[in-house]
Amino acid sequence: MAEPWEEENEGTVKKFMFVNRKAPYGTIYALESLEVVLITAAFDQDVSLVFTDDGVFQIKKGQSTAGIGMKNFSPTYRALEGYDIEKLYVDQESLDARGMTAADLIVDVEVLSRQQLADLMNEQDVVMSF
Amino acid sequence: MAMLHTVNKSPFERVSLDSCISMAQKGSSVLLIEDGVYGALKGTSVSDKVSKAMDGITFYVLGPDLAARGMTEDRIISGIKVVDYAGFVDLTTKHENFQAWL
Repeated sequence: MAEPWEEENEGTVKKFMFVNRKAPYGTIYALESLEVVLITAAFDQDVSLVFTDDGVFQIKKGQSTAGIGMKNFSPTYRALEGYDIEKLYVDQESLDARGMTAADLIVDVEVLSRQQLADLMNEQDVVMSF
Repeated sequence: MAMLHTVNKSPFERVSLDSCISMAQKGSSVLLIEDGVYGALKGTSVSDKVSKAMDGITFYVLGPDLAARGMTEDRIISGIKVVDYAGFVDLTTKHENFQAWL
């Protein structure tokens, strides 16, 4: 017989979107988001990540944190593929305002307009903002 | 000598850099640290404002904070000086007083 936690909603997959809007290192939000993303993926959910506003800085190439004595967690974004997290979206407007392009990013992403992101957001069951 | 200002917030998220620039007097210095280093980047929506402020204010940016964020010196507005922690200490000793724009 199945355990109680297995019986209920067995196999239910919800669409989870994580909206990342903060720069890394200055606050703990970016790292905390990454932790929750990995946990959600472990439950075989449909996960997508959005990087907008200062969140685009989280996936900037070439981060080197030795000088500030903090852990460089940016390589983890490259490992997301191994957890079947392949839906990474970046806001074009946010890149533009920060003088950045998709070539500055350490992962393959889909660059979208605000309107496209808004439509995607609207399709989600759960949206978590960091 | 004049005042040393530090700004540690992203100019895209907070108005700290704006307020600092509007109140920093001619001859004073601004050191960008932590998320404030994004204010030193060229080609952004705030770089014009910073460039204009450099007429009268000397800008510095903390190198280790830039490197942590994957930003290299070639992306910095020309004229902004990159300093290390020892340079930070030098700046504090060379200025009469200090204000941290949090």
